[in-house]
Amino acid sequence: MKLDTSGLESAAPVWGAPSELVDGFSAAPLFEVPNTTDFDGFQKEAIQMVKPAKGTTTLAFIFKEGVMVAADSRASMGGYISSQSVKKIIEINPYMLGTMAGGAADCQFWHRNLGIKCRLHELANKRRISVTGASKLLANILYSYRGMGLSVGTMIAGWDETGPGLYYVDSEGGRLKGMRFSVGSGSPYAYGVLDNGYRYDMSVEEAAELARRAIYHATFRDGASGGVASVYYVGPSGWKKLSGDDVGELHYKYYPVMPSTVEQEMIEVAGA
Amino acid sequence: MARYDRAITVFSPDGHLFQVEYALEAVRKGNAAVGVRGTDIVVLGVEKKSAAKLQDSRSVRKIVSLDDHVALACAGLKADARVLINRARIECQSHRLTVEDPVTVEYITRYIAGLQQKYTQSGGVRPFGLSTLIIGFDPYTDVPSLYHTDPSGTFSAWKANATGRNSNSMREYLEKNYKETSGQETVKLAIRALLEVVESGGKNIEVAVMTKVHGLRQLEEAEIDAIVAEIEAEKAAAEAAKKAPAAPKET
Repeated sequence: MKLDTSGLESAAPVWGAPSELVDGFSAAPLFEVPNTTDFDGFQKEAIQMVKPAKGTTTLAFIFKEGVMVAADSRASMGGYISSQSVKKIIEINPYMLGTMAGGAADCQFWHRNLGIKCRLHELANKRRISVTGASKLLANILYSYRGMGLSVGTMIAGWDETGPGLYYVDSEGGRLKGMRFSVGSGSPYAYGVLDNGYRYDMSVEEAAELARRAIYHATFRDGASGGVASVYYVGPSGWKKLSGDDVGELHYKYYPVMPSTVEQEMIEVAGA
Repeated sequence: MARYDRAITVFSPDGHLFQVEYALEAVRKGNAAVGVRGTDIVVLGVEKKSAAKLQDSRSVRKIVSLDDHVALACAGLKADARVLINRARIECQSHRLTVEDPVTVEYITRYIAGLQQKYTQSGGVRPFGLSTLIIGFDPYTDVPSLYHTDPSGTFSAWKANATGRNSNSMREYLEKNYKETSGQETVKLAIRALLEVVESGGKNIEVAVMTKVHGLRQLEEAEIDAIVAEIEAEKAAAEAAKKAPAAPKET
């Protein structure tokens, strides 16, 4: 069966005749298509295999002082916890952070690639790229790979000339601007705590505590989230890691062990 | 020497690209154009060859906008200009689409210069026969910019520059008389430079000013005539002051 692969062809311009409309966009590369009887079915299977893997909790929100970004650190393969110490907050450059949800390799690679593009933009234009621009670059790249099995659910948080910026970008090619986002299997639980406790005019400490608590509660109820709750703050002078607490220890901090009442004779009666 | 000027891709033994130099000649034959940057305003002025009686002069605009905040004037082959301007306009919109921000003046100048350079290093094509003067304000700032590009693909920023016919005399005038100006003073300086080489009158020059607040504005013929009249009056007054001997001191 001869497949119509014209859609996979990169829109490469004819030599000598620069194509104005394509120059600004990076075209998807060519790659070999596997030899199957049912290519569409095969593609669907491949996507379904990767899709559920967003076992994680990440969140970010804008408040008066800047952007707070937090994530857990558990990686799971089905029911097996493969790691408790994954870095899910990726440092794109000193003033921009990205969060990881979905395929770890996809997130790491494309964030690093985005970091390269941001640096090249700085060198070419003698000024930093805006969070808007960086998130748009990433979204355009992910869109050009749409349907090819990338699994990326990320938030780009940063501080630029116009102040704090936060965007949600995913591998379907979606890109949303917002004040509060949470991504991953633990996000419903994190949203519950985050939306309840959020105020725009919090201090940095209050916001960090809110972020930490939201991650903790998500790890408590979601099996695919756990490990260490990392909290980062992005302010006018760039990002700073505020804390990285083991969620097991956070549990005892929030719910300390109460000495339970025992039968009378076991207690030492306090002196009169 | 004749052997080295056919194909653009060939250097001559003494390091010249003749096609590029011939393109510069074409620019030198084009209409005069001048650009002056002030503190809060930037002005472009272009010589207008007298329009044929039956020609609709509105269709021969020499100063064009590339986006709301960037404008361009050029000297040289007008047909090449049209193509370059169209490509630059598309790039301005493409930039807005991919980074959600308008272009900076430096970015679009670099793009145009890059395009001009590409055509000096390809087979079977000739360079664009025009030099451009690009003015504008960067987004989010109040700082005006003026850039100049030429057929070789080089570009640089200027406080004031001229290109096209008699550009050397205009540049000399500007070098002698340039000072930091703003508002109407900048407009007058640009027109004065242009009047060095062009017959005076609103019919023969086209002037456009760009401010941060109002964007690009083409001046009406009547306005230009008024400013020219002011300039002539100032010149006459200066002449008279020079001729008259210094008044004796009163006791």
